[in-house]
Amino acid sequence: MKYLHLIWAALFRRKTRTMLTLVSIVTAFLLFGMLDAVRTAFDSGSKSLVGVDRLITSSRYSIIQSLPQALQSRISGIAGVRDVAYANWFGGIYQDPKNFVFSYAVSPNYLDVYPEIHLAPEQRKAFDSSRTGVVIGPTLAQKYGWKVGDKIPLQSTIFPQKNGDKTWAFDIVGIYSVDDDAANGMDQLFLLHWKYFDEASLYTRHEMGWYIDRLQDASQGDRVSKAIDALSENSDHETKTQTEQAFNASFAKQLGDIGLIVSAIMGAVFFTLILLTANTMTQAVRERTSELAVLKTIGFSSNSVLAMVLAESVMLLVLGGVIGLSLAALLAPIVSKGSGGMLNLPTVGGASWAMGVGLMVIIGLVVGALPAIRAMRLNIVDALAGR
Amino acid sequence: MRKFKSFLGNLGLLAMLAIVLVIWVQLTPLLVGALALLLLLWLVLTRRGRQTLSVTGVGISTLGQRIGASSVIVIGIAGVVGVLVAVLAMGDGFAATLQQTGSNDTAIVLRGGSSAELNSVLERDNISVIEQAPGVARGSKGEPVASAELSVVVNLPKKSDPSVDANVQIRGVGEEAWALRPNVRILQGRRFTPGLRELVVGQGAQHQFAGLEVGKQLRLAGQQWAVVGTFASGDSHDSELWGDMQTVAAAYRRGASAQSVTVRLVSPQAFDTFKAALVSDPRLKVDVSTTREYFSKQSENLTKVIRIVGITVGTIMAIGAIFGALNTMFAAVSTRAREIATLRAIGFRGVPVVVSVLLETMLLALIGGALGGLITWLIFNGYTASTLGSSFSQVVFQFKVSPQLLWTGIQWAMAIGFVGGVFPAVRAARLPVTTALREL
Repeated sequence: MKYLHLIWAALFRRKTRTMLTLVSIVTAFLLFGMLDAVRTAFDSGSKSLVGVDRLITSSRYSIIQSLPQALQSRISGIAGVRDVAYANWFGGIYQDPKNFVFSYAVSPNYLDVYPEIHLAPEQRKAFDSSRTGVVIGPTLAQKYGWKVGDKIPLQSTIFPQKNGDKTWAFDIVGIYSVDDDAANGMDQLFLLHWKYFDEASLYTRHEMGWYIDRLQDASQGDRVSKAIDALSENSDHETKTQTEQAFNASFAKQLGDIGLIVSAIMGAVFFTLILLTANTMTQAVRERTSELAVLKTIGFSSNSVLAMVLAESVMLLVLGGVIGLSLAALLAPIVSKGSGGMLNLPTVGGASWAMGVGLMVIIGLVVGALPAIRAMRLNIVDALAGR
Repeated sequence: MRKFKSFLGNLGLLAMLAIVLVIWVQLTPLLVGALALLLLLWLVLTRRGRQTLSVTGVGISTLGQRIGASSVIVIGIAGVVGVLVAVLAMGDGFAATLQQTGSNDTAIVLRGGSSAELNSVLERDNISVIEQAPGVARGSKGEPVASAELSVVVNLPKKSDPSVDANVQIRGVGEEAWALRPNVRILQGRRFTPGLRELVVGQGAQHQFAGLEVGKQLRLAGQQWAVVGTFASGDSHDSELWGDMQTVAAAYRRGASAQSVTVRLVSPQAFDTFKAALVSDPRLKVDVSTTREYFSKQSENLTKVIRIVGITVGTIMAIGAIFGALNTMFAAVSTRAREIATLRAIGFRGVPVVVSVLLETMLLALIGGALGGLITWLIFNGYTASTLGSSFSQVVFQFKVSPQLLWTGIQWAMAIGFVGGVFPAVRAARLPVTTALREL
């Protein structure tokens, strides 16, 4: 610690070079922060504990196939199932196809199986007693400036009403709030009554897209999901029951291997970064050969010279990296806003920070290693003579 | 006062840089070739040019001694260009697959307001009206060349990761489907027999999803289906499984309804007549578009997202690379400070010095750009991937590293080299001769 000022002075001996290198490091870690946020956005919830007690039952053959209403009571009869809710995809858009709204037609008890959704009791009452009432997420409300009491025309991309009209009118009766650790996207749902949807829709008849089965005990998941799937075995509506997390993840996985793409880009970025900073460090040490020799002459051991050079390169990386990650943390919400809900980037989380700092230290050690060893092995006489 | 002057100078430099970059992105390869020729002529024919050439020669001949530093520029820029070209090649490949699908002389009819086949429903009586509309071509027996089609999505495991259930599109097609899409060829096996639970699979789907080899059985909607053939179409139909429309409709309880009707038109010009006839028909409420237009539209959104992602990541990486290049070139200039000062002392002017440093950087950048492009081309050209398309099913496509993309990569590389070289170049030329000569 007492050598800190010495290392600092060495680092900023050549201001231009250090600044230029720093900017490169900042951009590399800015990119790392953003891409890591994208990666986490796509495998959302896989580590969260929220919703481990929920299973999703959907058609085994295809997401577009719906399930019969009768299944609800049969699933409820299975031991270990606490609650069964259901929902159907509504596919709503607001005014323009670009404004996609995650809208589900849901059963009356839907909100009960999602304890991470909080709705004020009087709003819940209003929702339960209304026909065209909807409750919406806070992010969605903010995006379009919707308030309780507003009448919202929502177009369904799939379901026309009985009169052939594809625009449905809804009344906002509540705006809920969600816990921070809820799955990604939970804060922008548009929930309408399945009953209203079923009665007014031209095509569907007592059909649900998927069932949400809440368990009494999360550890019973395997047994219960097998029991549910056994109910409809060999029927024309065979089901597939999986944990909510697996269900959510299956959509992201279908988009492509986001993790692989992100790691490939990061590989290219960090490879370049290592080369660049290694070059800087080599130059820095070469320039200071005589200074290092002086240090050794006045009694610094070879090991402490080694440590000082290593510390210098780690410091360079950490300085740039922390600035870069902070920038990424600042930019992520702006990007999310700019994408109009299409991309919902979480801000740089604890895991990303830990990984980022780990990378900074490792890269710092790697790029500092060669020059540091050279500095350690310096022969005082040769170095002072400039040989 | 001097500080103020140098500040103004730097400001001017920045403005010039911005102007040059703006012009640079507009340039076509032909214009760049012409510019390069002009530069070459200047280098060979004028006195200044020959001076520049000799200074550049010295710089380039000493590159070997600065191999570590110079490789920072080359590899840094190769990384930027590689990532940029790879991401854009993904977007282009996806767009190309969908844009090749369809033609101007076939039209697709969907229920009004449906953005994709998946959302559309057409009843039997509507289908007959559409098939009899004016402008529809007739076959040898006088029947309309039209195919009412059904599109359902099924879950199939991906070959690369069997735990992923991918949505794959099954298209139930009518007998005329083969005549409507002459580019569809059977590669292996045979066509399905109408009335039987048989499927032919696109080569892309066969490549990406498990269990689609000819002779295999598939369980769909609780029934066994046989894979009897493989087809190639070279477009997005390659990602689909085709079966008989009536049989698919029966399996999925769709009754007599279909989701889309595709017809061959008498000629591309007949489209307007056809569309006008359907739109004005009070019995129908449908959207009509040529198949080319329909499939191109399906690629718009995702292609746009991929382009934005590619350019954003590319820009951030480019900023990093520019600073890397600046660093290297500043170091190069300062190690050669004495040499440059000597040159100027014996009468070389500023311009040759500036141009030679720039040329050196641009040369390194060019090598980097070419290297990045080449590596991407080797790895990714023709690489097959699949993603979720807008009809909620997997579209199999190939990365397409086209010459235009490689050119874009080279343009980026040269721009990075230019920005990274111009400041060190100016510094080299501005260095007071006396100080530089004294410097160790």
